[in-house]
Amino acid sequence: MQFAFTEEQHQFKDVVKRFLREKSPTTEVRRLMETDDGFDPVVWKQLSDELALPSLIVPENYGGAGFGFVELSIVMEEMGHSLLCAPYFSSVVLAANAILNVGTEKQKLDLLPQIASGSIRATLAVTESSGRWNAAAVELVAETDGDEFTLQGEKCFVVDGHTAGKIVVVARLEGSEGDDGISFFVVDGDAPGLTKSLLKTVDPTRKLARLEFNSVQAEPLGEPGAGMGALTKTLDQAAIALSNEMIGGAQYLMDSTVEYSKVRMQFGRVIGSFQAIKHRCADMLLLLELAKSAAYRAAAALDEGDESVPVLANMAKSAASDAYIQIAADSIQIHGGIGFTWDQDTHLWFKRAKSSEVFLGDPAYHRELMMQRWGEGI
Amino acid sequence: MSNLTVNAVKEEVRAWLQENWDAGLSLVEWRNKLADSGWGVPDWPGQWYGRDLPVAMLPEIEEEFAEVNAVGVARSGIRMLAAATILEHGNDLHKKEFLRRILTGEDTWCQLFSEPGSGSDLAGATTRADFDGENWIVNGQKLWTTSAHHADYGLLLARTDWDVPKHQGLTYFILDMTQPGVDVHQVKQMNGHASFNQVFITDATVAPQYRVDEEGAGWRVAMTTLAHERRNADGMNRLNRDSGLPGAIYEEERKEVATVMEPYKWYPQRAGRVDLVMQRAKQTGRIENASVRQEIAKLLIMSKSAEWTARRARAAQELGMPQGPEGSLGKLAASNVAKQASGVHTLISGADALLTGSDGAMDGLIAEVLVSVPAVSIAGGTDEIQRNIIAERVLGMEKEPRFDSGPFKDVPRNVV
Ligand SMILES: Cc1cc2nc3c(=O)[nH]c(=O)nc-3n(C[C@H](O)[C@H](O)[C@H](O)COP(=O)(O)OP(=O)(O)OC[C@H]3O[C@@H](n4cnc5c(N)ncnc54)[C@H](O)[C@@H]3O)c2cc1C
Ligand SMILES: Cc1cc2nc3c(=O)[nH]c(=O)nc-3n(C[C@H](O)[C@H](O)[C@H](O)COP(=O)(O)OP(=O)(O)OC[C@H]3O[C@@H](n4cnc5c(N)ncnc54)[C@H](O)[C@@H]3O)c2cc1C
Repeated sequence: MQFAFTEEQHQFKDVVKRFLREKSPTTEVRRLMETDDGFDPVVWKQLSDELALPSLIVPENYGGAGFGFVELSIVMEEMGHSLLCAPYFSSVVLAANAILNVGTEKQKLDLLPQIASGSIRATLAVTESSGRWNAAAVELVAETDGDEFTLQGEKCFVVDGHTAGKIVVVARLEGSEGDDGISFFVVDGDAPGLTKSLLKTVDPTRKLARLEFNSVQAEPLGEPGAGMGALTKTLDQAAIALSNEMIGGAQYLMDSTVEYSKVRMQFGRVIGSFQAIKHRCADMLLLLELAKSAAYRAAAALDEGDESVPVLANMAKSAASDAYIQIAADSIQIHGGIGFTWDQDTHLWFKRAKSSEVFLGDPAYHRELMMQRWGEGI
Repeated sequence: MSNLTVNAVKEEVRAWLQENWDAGLSLVEWRNKLADSGWGVPDWPGQWYGRDLPVAMLPEIEEEFAEVNAVGVARSGIRMLAAATILEHGNDLHKKEFLRRILTGEDTWCQLFSEPGSGSDLAGATTRADFDGENWIVNGQKLWTTSAHHADYGLLLARTDWDVPKHQGLTYFILDMTQPGVDVHQVKQMNGHASFNQVFITDATVAPQYRVDEEGAGWRVAMTTLAHERRNADGMNRLNRDSGLPGAIYEEERKEVATVMEPYKWYPQRAGRVDLVMQRAKQTGRIENASVRQEIAKLLIMSKSAEWTARRARAAQELGMPQGPEGSLGKLAASNVAKQASGVHTLISGADALLTGSDGAMDGLIAEVLVSVPAVSIAGGTDEIQRNIIAERVLGMEKEPRFDSGPFKDVPRNVV
């Protein structure tokens, strides 16, 4: 089991960190969050060409760099720290993993090099207006006519769904229910019959869309009806990546809040000298470090092929969600009145904490799933 | 630590055990063999009964011991804090005289730090040691001294200079507990056990060679003891199991558990007994309840994350990387885990949480968890003190204004 980054991983983290601190200062975050697209194509191109980040987890034979989830988690942590506005989570964490998990060899050879180079941005559409993340809640139907499939229904909460060039859609075969009949499809972002609308979100740094499928022709990704395993796996991988993104954001808040407490004076002393503030910060740090351990552990387990990955994903997501939102609330509290203002940056991370708390399932959902999956040897 | 070295070490210890383990030996005979071979405390220096192996290797070696039911050295209680302190600050005389008998279990130790007037504020100790030209003469009172009633020696923190600021006037001694000037009275705890004591010290003597480190260096030495206490916050829970096996050496081991180890009998309970939670939830059927499942899940996440946090700290240390904040959080994490576990055991037990002793769940074991957990956030440095340390040392936040910085004799303190 890996419990510490290697020398190379530390160096990689530094490179990513330097890039993101430069390209995603809060002035940029604030500019991009006001736009509909929610990202800067120039930065996306630099991130693809100079750092090759979209290729990170794509195996070399599909045009990628062939790194693992520990490296992906390092990237996620730094992106969470910088609150980068870019379609990385949607295209790499969600779509590329889904394609890797379910696609045929031919589809992988076709799609993955494009994602890896950053030349197309893809996403994954699972959840519908019920807001539930499990397979049984999928109602969007794939109707068949011979070899042709058409999709009928709607998807909601689709990350970057309004800007993605390719959309991986989870649907069910006609007449199926529960975990049966789960199928993956790919459709183009501009497919006829597809209506996309940007949702108004609490967290404007992560764009969500509603997609309506009105008899949209779709290509099956992998074998129709046999997608359940791949869906579970993809969502577990995504939960682990998101957990690492969350601890990065929480780390930013931790650091900036402690810094603030060292300069803000009240009653003739810096507020960081009051125990009420010190003890709150100590508790924040404990929450952060425990969540970090769970997130790191889960990422390492993915690379090691550990069979406990599903449980570890639930543990990491639950711990990171609870820690991030608590730390965000505490950060605002410690900033006092200024923390409640638009111009001070803390609320940007608070809102990402809130959106991440429920995205991919809230902590209670993950704890329940964890208990169902719990086994010996974790 | 590569797999290759792990396997080589495992093989070596296995061969050594095959050659040497003999349940017919007396406990002390066997433990002397362990001390001579270095297999009793393989993480200790080779020169002093160890083999210079990394701590991470210990579980692997313990596995080999368990395989053949071999008894280990005496590892529990304050003895290991004494050993760690002596290894770091003691001179060769101390090491020669005490380390072996610590390992064989022939000597038992206690920690004479807290006093009626100074607990969290350890540096405010008023027990005094005055040099009479020949010996140090000790007078004062210690409190909450675990296992003093069994102890042969005490790790004593006493004031030797009242005219300097409080941290500078302390000296660290090894006190012979069996002398007439040391009077020990057990104190009954809220959980019914009496593992800690009041210790009255009247004109007790310490010969000059039993001072540890320099005069006035007591605070620094005490920090070593405390660092080990906090690091091993859960090490205490790994009491020697009762093997239940027939044989003279196991008989002796059982006797040791029943006597000198008796004060620590409830320590696993004070840590919350997370290990019993799933089993209890299934037996009682409470696992079917969704809100109980939520609380169990929170507990398991917290306790596993705490374990992984300790592993991260150790892994970084082994790679020679600077220690991150993860190394300072163990004690506070353990305290949170224990509290959550106590809540979960209550939820699972329902009305049975009203009962204790033979009427209580698991013959009173669960009730013992519920009334023992409050000790965790006090003993070895309270949660508040841990938070102060984390805020000041790890996060670099400003210290509070102090009212105790002048010469100790002028500092306001408790009247006792
Ligand atoms: C929605 C809103 C409406 C408001 N409306 C008004 C209004 O109409 N009129 C008006 O005059 N003001 C108003 N305020 C200001 C409000 O009263 C202050 O924000 C509040 O008193 C905190 O002061 P501060 O923002 O300067 O934070 P600070 O005093 O700098 O506090 C920062 C942090 O330090 C902590 N802290 C400070 N001192 C201590 C201490 N001694 N011990 C422990 N912790 C300490 C605080 O609890 C806080 O967590 C409003 C604020 C808000 C958010
Ligand atoms: C089971 C058990 C075993 C023990 N065994 C030993 C032993 O073997 N040897 C030994 O020497 N001692 C032992 N102790 C004593 C233990 O170390 C002390 O009880 C502990 O350090 C607290 O000191 P105190 O009891 O004097 O409480 P106090 O220091 O009086 O604390 C009272 C309260 O005030 C808070 N407080 C104090 N200072 C601050 C501060 N600066 N900021 C914020 N809050 C503060 C504390 O957190 C606590 O909540 C044992 C205690 C227990 C419970």
